[in-house]
Amino acid sequence: MIVQHQERHYVAGASLRAADEIQDLAGHANLLFELVHRDLTIRYKRSVFGFLWTMMHPLLLMAIFTIVFSHLFRFQTPHYETYFLSAFIAWNFFAQTVTNSMASVAWNGPLMKRVRVPRSIFTLSAILSGMVNLVLSMVALIVIMLIVHAPLFLSLLFVPVSLLIVGIFTFGISLALTALSVFFADVREMVQAGLPALLYMTPVIYPVSIVPAPYRWIVERNPLSYLIEIVRAPIYYGQLPGPHALAAAVILSVISLVGGWLIFRKFAPKFEGRV
Amino acid sequence: MNAIEMKAVSVCYRSEKIRSIKELAVRGLRRSRPYFYSLRSVTLAIGAGESVGIIGSNGAGKSTLLRVAAGIIQPSEGVAVSRGNIVPLMELGTGFETELSGRENIQFNGALLGRTRAQMRAKMDAIIAFSGLEEFADAPLRTYSTGMVARLAFSIATAVDAETILLDEILAVGDAGFRERCDERIQSFARGGRTVVLVSHDLDAVLKLCRRTIWLSHGEIVGDGESEDVIRDYQRHRADQG
Repeated sequence: MIVQHQERHYVAGASLRAADEIQDLAGHANLLFELVHRDLTIRYKRSVFGFLWTMMHPLLLMAIFTIVFSHLFRFQTPHYETYFLSAFIAWNFFAQTVTNSMASVAWNGPLMKRVRVPRSIFTLSAILSGMVNLVLSMVALIVIMLIVHAPLFLSLLFVPVSLLIVGIFTFGISLALTALSVFFADVREMVQAGLPALLYMTPVIYPVSIVPAPYRWIVERNPLSYLIEIVRAPIYYGQLPGPHALAAAVILSVISLVGGWLIFRKFAPKFEGRV
Repeated sequence: MNAIEMKAVSVCYRSEKIRSIKELAVRGLRRSRPYFYSLRSVTLAIGAGESVGIIGSNGAGKSTLLRVAAGIIQPSEGVAVSRGNIVPLMELGTGFETELSGRENIQFNGALLGRTRAQMRAKMDAIIAFSGLEEFADAPLRTYSTGMVARLAFSIATAVDAETILLDEILAVGDAGFRERCDERIQSFARGGRTVVLVSHDLDAVLKLCRRTIWLSHGEIVGDGESEDVIRDYQRHRADQG
């Protein structure tokens, strides 16, 4: 009856090993599927428009920003809606996922007290749910581009690679912030307050060219600017991202993933007592 | 072969949890001293196929012991080892989602326990039949009573082919008829060579279902042996305490 390979050792002070966690996640692939399914369906279960809200939220914001910035502030940006949305979709994924993964661990705290599941599964499921929404938003964007007769470029085919890089970057940041938020309630508040500020420090809504020279370095050196750039370039400019921006984005996402994991593994074994 | 082993396992919580940056700034990063031991240097071995009851007053560390065995809590000191597939059934509502139906919750719970969709689909009818909730299987869980949720939880946990099942105080709910069926199922589980660890305040149930009983007091094992002997000592101790 006893299967030898299912022997598990729980040693005081042992920290999580990446290889073990990956194996554990693979063994819970079905749970990952269920969590994503639950994220995507329960939220809208009792609403009339259901899943459509996923697309309506960015569309409404687009309408607002398009009116405010292209008509009131008069940027000289052709097809402003594409310019804005191509970056905003990626931004929205980042901001939503970071927020949701912190909420997910808090919500699922009771689960963690009752069954043993890989600790990072809630963060990973938040990323995957975000990715599903991201892909849907992309579809909505392409539809909008068709409607407003914005040019569709062949470089669009590169977008999945860009989104993957953005996904990895976001996963790392989410792991770190999730672990920290379990221990320090302030972290969640700080992120909530910081995200809008970060949005305006990133060239999502406005072009970099309107930023006065003395402040331009803030926008240009902001890590998120590189990640936004590699998504916007193939959609709006019809070019593959420049090697400089692409290299920066890849390096940043690797640093984020490794750093995020190191922070996560330090805190994760003690989650149970805190959630 | 042992299903569960613990060597000098302690679980302690530290005082004054730091919850805000302000507190952190005031207190600095020095480690606070442990102030509360939920388990204190527990060493035990539970053999595969044994049925073991865990008794003791509130706060004695019974649930903590189960959680360490299930890998939910990491020991603060010592080593715990578990062999084989373990299914814990802790308190009520083990990972239930109120917006989902009974059926969907069976799938979700199976996933939490590391089972595949196909495995759960195969068990679906048996689980619903055992719980006696046929009429409610497609209703959202928020319409269930506490007793109904408990029935569903027990039915799932005991249907998923675990080698070891950890039951924490779940027999207190449910009507008499369902409790009887639970008892039968636990006994057939044990007869099938599987391991059962049962935390309960119901000493009669422990006596009936478990040959061996472990008595915990303030996080330490104070009695371990034949259920009749340990339960008798425990009752005598309680009588002495007044």
